[in-house]
Amino acid sequence: MVKNLPIAVPVEHPWATIVVLLAAAIVFGAIPLAMAWLWARFFSPAKPGLQKNATYECGLEAKGDAWIQLDVSYYLYAIVFLIFDVEAVFLLPFAAAFSGLSLAACLAMLVFLLLLVEGLIWACQKGVLSWG
Amino acid sequence: MDQDLKTELSKHGIFATTFEELYNWGRKNSVWPLTFGLACCAIEMIATTMARYDLARFGAEVFRPSPRQADLMIVSGTVTKKMAPQVVRLYNQMPEPKYVIAMGACAISGGPFRDGYNVLKGIDRYIPVDVHIPGCPPRPEALIHAFMTLQEKISTQHLTGEARARHLKAELPSEFPVPEFGEHGLEPAQNDEIFHNPLKVLQG
Repeated sequence: MVKNLPIAVPVEHPWATIVVLLAAAIVFGAIPLAMAWLWARFFSPAKPGLQKNATYECGLEAKGDAWIQLDVSYYLYAIVFLIFDVEAVFLLPFAAAFSGLSLAACLAMLVFLLLLVEGLIWACQKGVLSWG
Repeated sequence: MDQDLKTELSKHGIFATTFEELYNWGRKNSVWPLTFGLACCAIEMIATTMARYDLARFGAEVFRPSPRQADLMIVSGTVTKKMAPQVVRLYNQMPEPKYVIAMGACAISGGPFRDGYNVLKGIDRYIPVDVHIPGCPPRPEALIHAFMTLQEKISTQHLTGEARARHLKAELPSEFPVPEFGEHGLEPAQNDEIFHNPLKVLQG
């Protein structure tokens, strides 16, 4: 099969067919791209403009600075939210299985809750929950 | 090539074409609209793209969320004066060639809200509209008809010569001035280069 190819390739090499196919694949992909480039280069005039080249494309003009600092109190607020979010996840199965739980399990849950309540009191005293 | 000769040749199984025809054939069957709707007409536009009316048959199912990738702007609904600058800016950001369909009574003239203080009396005051669709709202069939009308327009556009398509003329602008909020509405009230008030035209 390789011997019938019109291109002179070393017939002995077992990968010769793959090389030829690879080259054909690249040319096949490059031709439409080259045609599009040539068309744009010679026939289609480029019409750049201030708005066309603008970064944002939602229709509104960008205003202000992107380099703003987020208030650190938001970070604390998010952390506190995350903790009580996790607490809710634990509380739900606790409530569902409440009647069948042993005393030890109830105590463990109580310790967990008290720890979080202590954290909440601490955060409250630090003034995290009030937006100054 | 002569149209009669082409018809005659095709009867004998020989199909002839020109580069222009081939190019426009590809163009008209891959018109990608911009994803945005302004009011109730947008619901009809969405229905047109869905399975029942299936705009994909015309190669226009790919609604692009970015103006950089869109060819067609379907102004579907009431254009308020608050929204008009954004619509014009989005049109300016679309690459050439670009087309506009004004869908529904509001988009072409202000429609039932024409006398409202905040309603633009037709988007053709600021950007060139290729196809107008009357109706309140127009049915999906009407949008499809407008789309086929646009396809006809694209297929007859010339690539060379004096009568070549607008986007191929280097001296014609691609951007149109965006109106700004003034004391009594938008300023300027219209782009005088593309909009000619029919009442004033009638009066001479």
